[in-house]
Amino acid sequence: MKHLRPLNQKASRIANQAAPPEEDVIALQNPPQAAPKPHIPMGCSLSFSPGWEVDSAGGTAGLCQPVERDIYDCYVTCFWPAQVPDHLNNSPDWAKKCAAATKDWRNLDLVFP
Amino acid sequence: MTASSSLVYRLGEFHSFSTRDRSFLYLVPAGAIFELDAAAQALIDRLAQGEASPEELCAMLAAQGLPASEARELIAELAHSRVIVAGELPRVPLDDAPPDFPLQTLVLNLTNQCNLSCQYCYEFGADKVATPEGKPKFMDFETAKASVDFLLGQSPGRRAVHITFFGGETLMNFPLLKKVVIYGKERAAGEGRSIDFSLTTNATLLTPAIIDFLSENRIGVTVSMDGPADLHDQLRVFANGRGSYDVIEPRVRALIRNHRTRPITARVTLTSGVADVVRIFRHLKNDLGFHEVGFAPVTTSPNRLYAINDSGMDDVLGQFRVLADEYLEYALRGELHGFSNVSDTLSELYQGVNKSHPCGAALGLVGVGPSGDIAPCHRFVDSDTHSMGHISTGMDRDKQTDFLRRGHINSKYDCHTCWARPLCAGGCHHEAYVRYGDTGHANLHYCDWIRSWTDTCLRIYGTISVHNPEFLRVFAERKALS
Repeated sequence: MKHLRPLNQKASRIANQAAPPEEDVIALQNPPQAAPKPHIPMGCSLSFSPGWEVDSAGGTAGLCQPVERDIYDCYVTCFWPAQVPDHLNNSPDWAKKCAAATKDWRNLDLVFP
Repeated sequence: MTASSSLVYRLGEFHSFSTRDRSFLYLVPAGAIFELDAAAQALIDRLAQGEASPEELCAMLAAQGLPASEARELIAELAHSRVIVAGELPRVPLDDAPPDFPLQTLVLNLTNQCNLSCQYCYEFGADKVATPEGKPKFMDFETAKASVDFLLGQSPGRRAVHITFFGGETLMNFPLLKKVVIYGKERAAGEGRSIDFSLTTNATLLTPAIIDFLSENRIGVTVSMDGPADLHDQLRVFANGRGSYDVIEPRVRALIRNHRTRPITARVTLTSGVADVVRIFRHLKNDLGFHEVGFAPVTTSPNRLYAINDSGMDDVLGQFRVLADEYLEYALRGELHGFSNVSDTLSELYQGVNKSHPCGAALGLVGVGPSGDIAPCHRFVDSDTHSMGHISTGMDRDKQTDFLRRGHINSKYDCHTCWARPLCAGGCHHEAYVRYGDTGHANLHYCDWIRSWTDTCLRIYGTISVHNPEFLRVFAERKALS
């Protein structure tokens, strides 16, 4: 290395690693020791609308949308119709008082047929 | 550059730091430290303004007088080490430790009894996790023997293993300590391996005979001590409230005078009333003659009277920096200063650690209580909630796995964007449990503090590596000994 001077043992290991062939774009992006893995949300859905997800760390803090939002996916688009009232036939107004799921989810009530 | 024309470079994940005339970076995903030359610094400054293609970078560097071929070489070098990156780079989680991670250190709590009543004690104080009711107060020789056998059996491939004696007050069970040292040495020698020992004590029970034994057997000694009498006696008291300074002072002096085979260390607990770091250090290092002095803020829930609040911690940081500057002056002269908090951090920086867990608890280290219960470390000994098996039946692998999964950096979301995570990994499991009720919670109450302190130590590291790199060899040897 010419422009970076390794100062600790880890840096020396990086410096001693065989440098990729010059201008080899593939090698630059994908060093053989750490093939990047795709980030696939763990959950029921691989579509763009998040399903019942956890983030890459196994928690919910890092989701791109709040977990409460999933309620609508169950209710409107029926990922999991058994879990929430049926929007099409029996309970079209179930979510009327819940404009923003993250704030108003307490207004979602049980349904008594 | 044909195929690369579609590349757009941006900065990788690193923390920049500089000393008077040099620029460095701490490469976070690796824990690597590099010094930068002017061209590399210029390229990084450019990317700090926004992304750029290799052509734009080359043009910028050409304007600074760098020929195109050298510019491309520079870009390749920075990309190779991931100081700059292009394209999608998903976060690669750190690997789990292998399931058969060998033990290296066993902490034997020889007794849970103590002749002092320090209010802040994590074993007896208000925030204790131990539940010693109905359990043996003193470890017996059978349990201790089984523990030594356990350590040797669970450390395949390690040439040297280590036992730390702990308490309670360790020396209240000195007869057992002696037997363990003799038995451990015999067993280890029988396998062609070596074993060494250390202990932590409040020094009240040290006698010339004990000191001789410790010295002869090269047993490392850490004395829990909080400074000169007016500070030490605030919380380190006997059951009747009398301070312990006058009792331990002559014993500590005798220990340091007569125990010449290992460095003698003082370990200071900082509290709201005892935070005069510089004065404490001067007393312990210069007046009493300890070789090393280390400081740690008390582990406590935040509402205790002796807890240090945020402004108190800022003050502690300021005083740490005074000693750190001094450390640097010593290091540049090739001398050891004795402020452990700097040496410990420099040692980890030298290796370039990148931790999956904040410490070795339940990995290379476990604690064993007087009853034979195994705990992740000495701080959890005698706690039913955290017990991880028994010395007679071995480690409870499910509980161990659960503990390690919780404490893994991958499960601490708050840490994922922090540049200090290779060293901190979320901080002490026990502190997290006391503060947040979960050993796997990141210790968010001291993040800023840790980052400031790590930055201070990085600057020291950088300066030493430029002006007296030989000094850093100390840490290579230090690691080799452990």
